[in-house]
Amino acid sequence: MNQPRTASTLSVALLIARKDLAIEYRTRSAFFASLVFSLLGVSIFYMVWDPTAVRPIDIAPGVLWTIFAFAGLLGLHRAFGLELQTRAMDGLLMAPVAREAIFLGKALSNLVYVTSVLAITIPAVVLFYNLEFGSGLLILGGIGVLAAIGLVSVGTLFSSMTVHTRFAELLLPMLALPFFIPVVVPAAQASAKLLVGGALSTVLPWIQLLVAFDIMFGVACVLVFPFTIED
Amino acid sequence: MSDSAVSSLPSTSAGRASRAPVAVFDWLMALAVVAIVAAAARAIWFTPPEALQGEAQKIFYIHVPAAVVGLYMACPLVAIGGAMYLWLRDDRLDRLAESSSEIALLFLSIVLLTGPLWGKPIWGTWWTWDARLTSTLFLWFVLVGYSVLRGAIEDREQRARYSAVVGIMGALLVPFIHLSVDMFRTMHPQPIVLTPDAVTPGKARLSPEMSATLKYAFIAFIALFVALLRGRLRFAALRDRVEHLEAGDA
Repeated sequence: MNQPRTASTLSVALLIARKDLAIEYRTRSAFFASLVFSLLGVSIFYMVWDPTAVRPIDIAPGVLWTIFAFAGLLGLHRAFGLELQTRAMDGLLMAPVAREAIFLGKALSNLVYVTSVLAITIPAVVLFYNLEFGSGLLILGGIGVLAAIGLVSVGTLFSSMTVHTRFAELLLPMLALPFFIPVVVPAAQASAKLLVGGALSTVLPWIQLLVAFDIMFGVACVLVFPFTIED
Repeated sequence: MSDSAVSSLPSTSAGRASRAPVAVFDWLMALAVVAIVAAAARAIWFTPPEALQGEAQKIFYIHVPAAVVGLYMACPLVAIGGAMYLWLRDDRLDRLAESSSEIALLFLSIVLLTGPLWGKPIWGTWWTWDARLTSTLFLWFVLVGYSVLRGAIEDREQRARYSAVVGIMGALLVPFIHLSVDMFRTMHPQPIVLTPDAVTPGKARLSPEMSATLKYAFIAFIALFVALLRGRLRFAALRDRVEHLEAGDA
């Protein structure tokens, strides 16, 4: 009984993610908004510092991960906002699928969205801030994926609730941002180490913290998500 | 709805209006307020100042009990009340979480206001991004978000479920913030100021008068917590009862 259920949970999750990504691909609303937001953020942050007083290399990691957190928030609403139109959520809830699969599917489409924004923001920061990353860029990419998993699990859970409230756009950042601290701090600290040529071993404690956060909150979010959609 | 506060509810609306405040501000609350005033008076006039920190140290008779009661009594009740609600679906558990969250917010606000007042003369800075301070600040933010979320949802059952989820997630978050700030400070060179551990009364040696005052202050704050919680629970029970009656499903 257990085996087919697990298999179908995964395939249902993939199906939901594919549906969301197809809608996003055709409208490209959230992705482009977040992308423009990110690029604007990168350039504005550069201009508010005096480059002769603070070296760009010192502010780049902070800029990258601050923008990552806010750009992520910008698009997280979309996943459940989509389902509000024409009460599509009711259809989703009536389908004979595990509630966890709905969460996984939504989180997966959010993960694709957040990592795509990050995949353009990182090169933009490297370009505008004149950074020399070398082989560290690959590790930075890995850190980006780990950070995105943490951000997306908490963000997807909270957006599934705030989307039903009166001030959804205000509430999601209020609730989610404190939870992004253990994601953004390790990511920024590790990037700063990598930027000055640090080896993988110097950033390992931060990566461990990110992995611990992802496991803990990934599991917790899957477990509590069914309580948020009981209607 | 088997609460005694609810069963003793007067039937006329005029009676309800005059009785409700009395139910919240009762003898226990009066006792707690007197105890707080007495503890403050003892701290100000009848306790010797600390040798190194002088009068500034006396703020700890408020700061430490508020922190301990807020962080270790009120905050856990928010998460436990929420988790138990998701399990048992008893409205009283949601009211417990709701009431505790507001008292936790009050006590943590006291902590975050009194801390800098003491920090400026003793540490030489209003604020330092120490793990304990940062965790307290972000816990305060989570509690603010929790309260705003509660205010943004009309449906009572949905509100209870959502806030329970946030309460549980908040409990999981605090150790992570603590850990990341701890790592941030140990892996990052920092200007050295006195660490909280070095000057917290609990760790330093206290004279008998000082530890007695601290003990009284603890008792006063616990009494205040119990009185506030009891009053807030009664208020929430009455409010829910009114909602039920107005909805016509009593």
